[in-house]
Amino acid sequence: MNQTERYRLRITFAREETIKYISHLDLARAWERALRRAGVPLAYSQGFNPRPKMAFAAALPVGYTSSAEVVDVFLEKSLSPLDLAHRLASVLPSGLRVISIEEVEPGLPALQSQVRAVEYRVSVMWEGERADLEARVAALLAATTLPRERVHKGRRRAYDLRPLVEALRVEAEGADGYRLWMRLGYGSEGTARPEEVLDALGLADVPFSVERTALRV
Amino acid sequence: MQIDNRLLDKILPGVTMPARYTGGEWNSLVKDWDAVRVRLVLAYPDVYQVGMSNLGLMILYDIVNRQPDFLAERTYAPWVDIETAMREARLPLYSLESRHPLAEFDVLGFTLPYELNFSNVLNMLDLAGLPVLAAERTANWPLVIGGGVGTVNAEPLADFFDAFVIGDGEEVVLEVLDICAQARESGARKPELLRALAGIPSVYVPSLYQVTYHDDGTVAAITPTVPEAKPQIIRRIVTRLPPPPVALIVPYVQAVHDRGMVEIARGCTAGCRFCQAGMVYRPLRERTLPEVLDAVEAIVRRTGYEEVALVSLNSASHPQIEEMVRALTARYNHPPLAISLPSLRIDTFSVRLAALFQGRRKTGLTFAPEAGSQRLRDVINKRVTEKDLLTTAEAAFAAGWQRIKLYFMVGLPTETLDDVVAIVELVHKVQAVGRRYHGRRAQVGVSVATFVPKPHTPFQWSPLVREGDLTARLDLLRRGIRGRGVQLSWHAPQTSLLEAALARGDRRLGRVIYRAWRLGARFDAWPEHYDWEVWRRAFKEEGLDADWYARRERSFSEVLPWEHIENGVSKTFLWDEYQRALRGETSPDCREVCLGCGLAETLGCGGSG
Repeated sequence: MNQTERYRLRITFAREETIKYISHLDLARAWERALRRAGVPLAYSQGFNPRPKMAFAAALPVGYTSSAEVVDVFLEKSLSPLDLAHRLASVLPSGLRVISIEEVEPGLPALQSQVRAVEYRVSVMWEGERADLEARVAALLAATTLPRERVHKGRRRAYDLRPLVEALRVEAEGADGYRLWMRLGYGSEGTARPEEVLDALGLADVPFSVERTALRV
Repeated sequence: MQIDNRLLDKILPGVTMPARYTGGEWNSLVKDWDAVRVRLVLAYPDVYQVGMSNLGLMILYDIVNRQPDFLAERTYAPWVDIETAMREARLPLYSLESRHPLAEFDVLGFTLPYELNFSNVLNMLDLAGLPVLAAERTANWPLVIGGGVGTVNAEPLADFFDAFVIGDGEEVVLEVLDICAQARESGARKPELLRALAGIPSVYVPSLYQVTYHDDGTVAAITPTVPEAKPQIIRRIVTRLPPPPVALIVPYVQAVHDRGMVEIARGCTAGCRFCQAGMVYRPLRERTLPEVLDAVEAIVRRTGYEEVALVSLNSASHPQIEEMVRALTARYNHPPLAISLPSLRIDTFSVRLAALFQGRRKTGLTFAPEAGSQRLRDVINKRVTEKDLLTTAEAAFAAGWQRIKLYFMVGLPTETLDDVVAIVELVHKVQAVGRRYHGRRAQVGVSVATFVPKPHTPFQWSPLVREGDLTARLDLLRRGIRGRGVQLSWHAPQTSLLEAALARGDRRLGRVIYRAWRLGARFDAWPEHYDWEVWRRAFKEEGLDADWYARRERSFSEVLPWEHIENGVSKTFLWDEYQRALRGETSPDCREVCLGCGLAETLGCGGSG
């Protein structure tokens, strides 16, 4: 920890529909610039190209909305959470919304190493029977293993999806489909994505949208 | 009808950088669609990341949106992946702000920065569901208008546009929108509307002119066909630059130039004979130190940018540039604000200046000697000596820079292989200086572009270099500039023929552009999409010869296709400069002595001349 990083504020925020297609790097840059517009006393890294000290809990994939994003910003001067919220009110672009801000110990471990599961609400535009969907969910949960392959940078790698699905249920039925709720493993023990669960449910080609609703430590 | 988000949700997950197509950026404005008299969409014929770096579009966006009667939104050329998806889904090209299809706007205003974007203009009109030929757009709206530097010879685009705005857009854009508002409310028909537009100073309505040709293919005459169409369309200038835009749109997707910009001056007095911008943005108009400092302060506060560029054709020549840089680095040391100058002169002053704004960062310095030999630098009126360059390089290496980039052109008028050998020698001399300071860590980057003669410059009569000569030059450079510490790169030599043909083309090239687009041409400025075969076929099928346009030496008496566009600098001055060039004679910076370019008599010149 640098001596200028004396204060650490934890911002929980939502990323809404309008900007759901921006990348994680774009999102980070948008926060940096919003914080600069807000005149927040950010701590900067050393070196020729100083960057504000910020740490996101978990990268948010392109296309997902979220009501549970978390970023820690490090400050060199004290600023109350309420004060920061006031300053951010007029500088955040539409689609970014602060949910809560709290002050945390500067010495706490990095957020990114803490997250071990993520919860999602997934809407699928699927016209099948609810009973069918429930049966598929039950079958997935009853399986002991779900061996699958992932292609990453042209290389295939085998993994087991089942232990990464911590919870899964049909949450609601709507006019043009269903809403699923799931908690998936995240981090060093393995990460699963909602698309992989949909694929395992036989819903690979169904239009869907994903909202991240919680990060679990 | 706005585009349905659900339709976008089907398409966007499958395309690269989807946030280019969703808008919502900080400082973008969604005005009430129904509360204005005229709706303008500013269109840029290249991808979002390029278009978002264009200051001209940002200036117009700011000016138009300040008017309660008008609104301006934006659109950019969709990349090839989303184009396919849009065509399959029958999704028309739409604006980023309100997501209205382009066809629902009253005016489409295209920025025309570059000849190699022309095929994209046609493609965007087609994606908007509009006939690409102006004559087939019988409905009044949307009107398709072009602006930007490309309009100094817009003849190849004459078939596709209803009107062009020549010169500075700040004032005339509002005059055009006013006429459109009146026409909308009076229900005037399109022919009346076009004549009314032609009556605005600096507005060119190409369909109101007839062009006749000699048997040899050269232009015989360009004649207005109605009284409102003026024989000469005089370029518009704003005598005093209005306050610069400060609420710049901050893109989410990283733009090519991802930073704030302040135009510290428009126009240039150096008089480099190859430089179109130097001729067509005259006279020099500078912003004062307080104007610039205020603008930077507002930009930082309103955008959060961590870098601001002080933009002009010749930034280091601004009389207050040193005070400007000193004031900015002192004021913004914490949090740090990076300052950048897009153009440095070859002198030790520029190195001292760079030391001020780059601080300890020293990422690299770029200088543009343009030509390798003194003889050829005299020809192009780049009044820099080898000693100047070596002294400047020495100052830069001594101050701690390890990397210097040098910019050259090949194919300049009168150039021989000796001049190209001189580039190699000069690069090695600069490298030798670097090695004295940094040993094997010294780096010299060499960037080479093909010179393309442009209209309204002293070289507008000069032929483009022949293909075989160009190959010989590049081979020579490739053999001479290699090994440790030097890197050679050149900018797309294969596109220069097309660029040169379009740059000095006449109206008949519209048929070629149309055919090439139908054959699939788009993103010609992108090497992975440029396909000369498509263009070669288009020229052939239309019975026109790209070489005739690009590689023909023109005579003074020839009527040039752009002669009715009065840039303010006289043809005799340009010819005189061309003859001086051929004799290897330089001309001074016109800040020191007026050269009588004609501007003082035509548009007025506030300079010392």
